[in-house]
Amino acid sequence: MNIERQEIEKLATLARIAIDDSTISEVSQRLSSVLDLVDQLQAVDTEGVEAMSHPMQATQRLREDEVTEINQREAFQAIAPETEDGLFLVPKVIE
Amino acid sequence: MSWDTVIGLEIHVQLATKTKIFSGASTAYGAEPNTQACAIDLAMPGTLPVLNKQAVNYAIMFGLAVDAEIGQVSAFERKNYFYPDSPKGYQTTQLERPIVGRGNVEIQLADGSTKNVRIHHAHLEEDAGKSLHEGNFNSNFSGIDLNRAGTPLIEIVSEPDMCNAEEAVAFARKIHGIVTSLGICDGEMSQGSMRFDVNVSVKPSGSETLGIRTETKNLNSYKFMEEAIKREVERQIDVIEDGGTIAQETRLYNGDTKVARSMRSKEEANDYRYFPCPDLLPVVVSDEEVAELRRNLPELPDARQARFVEQYSLSDYDAAILSSDAAMAKYFEAVTSACNNAKLAANWTMGELSARLNNEDLSIANSPVSAAQLGGLVTRIADNSISGKMAKEVFDGIWAGEGSADEIIEARGLKQVSDSGALEQMVADVLTANQAMVDDYINTDEAKRKKKLGGFMGKIMQASKGQANPQQVNQILAQKLNELL
Repeated sequence: MNIERQEIEKLATLARIAIDDSTISEVSQRLSSVLDLVDQLQAVDTEGVEAMSHPMQATQRLREDEVTEINQREAFQAIAPETEDGLFLVPKVIE
Repeated sequence: MSWDTVIGLEIHVQLATKTKIFSGASTAYGAEPNTQACAIDLAMPGTLPVLNKQAVNYAIMFGLAVDAEIGQVSAFERKNYFYPDSPKGYQTTQLERPIVGRGNVEIQLADGSTKNVRIHHAHLEEDAGKSLHEGNFNSNFSGIDLNRAGTPLIEIVSEPDMCNAEEAVAFARKIHGIVTSLGICDGEMSQGSMRFDVNVSVKPSGSETLGIRTETKNLNSYKFMEEAIKREVERQIDVIEDGGTIAQETRLYNGDTKVARSMRSKEEANDYRYFPCPDLLPVVVSDEEVAELRRNLPELPDARQARFVEQYSLSDYDAAILSSDAAMAKYFEAVTSACNNAKLAANWTMGELSARLNNEDLSIANSPVSAAQLGGLVTRIADNSISGKMAKEVFDGIWAGEGSADEIIEARGLKQVSDSGALEQMVADVLTANQAMVDDYINTDEAKRKKKLGGFMGKIMQASKGQANPQQVNQILAQKLNELL
């Protein structure tokens, strides 16, 4: 399975990962081999086998609806690059 | 050429849980920014989500209320996209196996007809935080408040069964009535507790093929929804009739400017690369748990409407309006029990009170006039102590916080005169003082006399400072004038 350069660039953009030009062919090869594995899996006859959404044979435990968290804003904001007035600041997201 | 409109809705409903869907942080509205965003909500490394049982139960209750199949096994997926108000870089949601499957909702239209709208499914997911673009901070930045991040939502997806704005609004109101009656959502639209995405397309009348649809996102009132639909339908027809084609796109409607714009493709990145969330196991709900929730379902709008007709002898129309909103229904019943006059209680709840609340953008839960106070006012209208006109004045007084109806009637001397002896004397005095008018009345053609009564009424009401009971005065006046003929 071959992945086009464009496809790699699009995936990189969606995933916000910087891939420099020199590594694109290597990344393409590695992703291709993953897709080959997927092809192999898809070749297996799964007729009558129920789809599995999690590899563990267990079901989700549920929490009671009770407040257990306290306000730790100061601690969290101490490690943020920019804060003001209790808000996290990020580069402007609208024009 | 005539066109058919096809509308489908996606409704985001914030669930009224005390805590987030995956963490024990509070969901209380209006807290200081980021004081209710814990390590899980902030996506700190090493944290694991644990699903809130109440959120699951609320979603199931909704499913039961719309006769839907409940997914005995449901699962969560990750919807991947980057936006600063979503710290994880994905939204945890349900795609392949939602908790609520196909269902049905019946809507009632203004002409009295009903229509079935199919529910495609409803799924559990988490809300995002809020981005602020203006505020007390450096204007090169956006401010992020993550208090809302992780608030549980159900997203209700309808089939494209509606064909105009009226039907879409009726459906939205019906869902509002259902979720507030269930108590699974506070229904406060001004706080974003319910938000609507509207999918609209048009096709030549009678055509089987659907047109290309657009999605207008994040409408938070019925009014905006109606406007946005009407404008989008017009726009699409204009584009097609001018020989153009509709682009499948996401649009944002600005309720202040009444203009919708296409979202930039950058904002849209419609490639979410969903995959099963490895942090969450499949959610299994037993038949017993579902049966237990079904047994305890509160009264729903349809059942309540039937009861209002039966118990209070209301018209279908009145009963439909009063039962559609849980808070309004509760208010109406409290007024009725305070005054024992359902018809008047209904009129005042739907009329004066609703109009005033609408005007001032208040929900009935925040009404300055309590149900007990309105009941007190209606009691005085019903026993003829005050006229309808005085009642409006008293209502204004209660609204302004001047006290109960009786206190205001007393303080303002508004008591209506219904004592027939006093009224007869008053009428007689006015007739004596206005002999010319009386002569004129007698000399007028019989068929035209009725029109002359208004003049006498005016004088009598003036003489009584507006306090005479108008129905009684009418009777006495007609009788006295007849005697003079």
